[in-house]
Amino acid sequence: MQDLLTGGLMLTGALFMLVGSLGVLRMPDLFLRMSASTKAATLGTASLLIAVAVNFGEIGVASRALATIVFLLLTAPVAAHMLGRAGYFVGVKLADATLIDELAGNYDLETHILDSCEPAQKSQSLAGHSDIQ
Amino acid sequence: MTLDDFALYVIMPILALAVVIVFVRLVRGPSLPDRVVAIDLMNTLGIGIIASYAIATGQAAFLDVAIAMALISFLGTVAFAYYIERRV
Repeated sequence: MQDLLTGGLMLTGALFMLVGSLGVLRMPDLFLRMSASTKAATLGTASLLIAVAVNFGEIGVASRALATIVFLLLTAPVAAHMLGRAGYFVGVKLADATLIDELAGNYDLETHILDSCEPAQKSQSLAGHSDIQ
Repeated sequence: MTLDDFALYVIMPILALAVVIVFVRLVRGPSLPDRVVAIDLMNTLGIGIIASYAIATGQAAFLDVAIAMALISFLGTVAFAYYIERRV
């Protein structure tokens, strides 16, 4: 029973990681590639680590596996967000099928601050700023 | 087939194939962030390989290596992202 559960979890995790790496190879865009790698690969690793915890069945091993899973779940979104932000600033080309880029024109390329006001207000404030200067 | 053989002869080849697939993207990747994504995924795959190797050999001590690798992978990705953003 324990072996069956371990084998099933290992197979699930390995297949999720394979699907994630296939997504990184086949997706047309940096952001779509990151979506495949972050979600599918993290789930696959978590599944493999749960398999380790089930296989050994000791509290020390299980807690270490759980700590690794929690660390992965905490850090994967942070790393993906920083990398996506950096890619957007570098000017990575979006996929041809992209319909709308909501961020276009909202990032200040000098200060790297997200300007979240409406486009009309933004042009007004920019005009006022130029008047002061 | 015992669990050790299953981990060695079924799970590890799947993960090795995944590493090869990601390596194609690492070589081909048009931009630098694409390559960093590939390296990050290779690190995550390494954690999975270590976990399945721990099951194959019955040595629970390999989990500590997996924790250290997760830490270093996160720091490396964040450092790459920081310098890519500053370079512009």
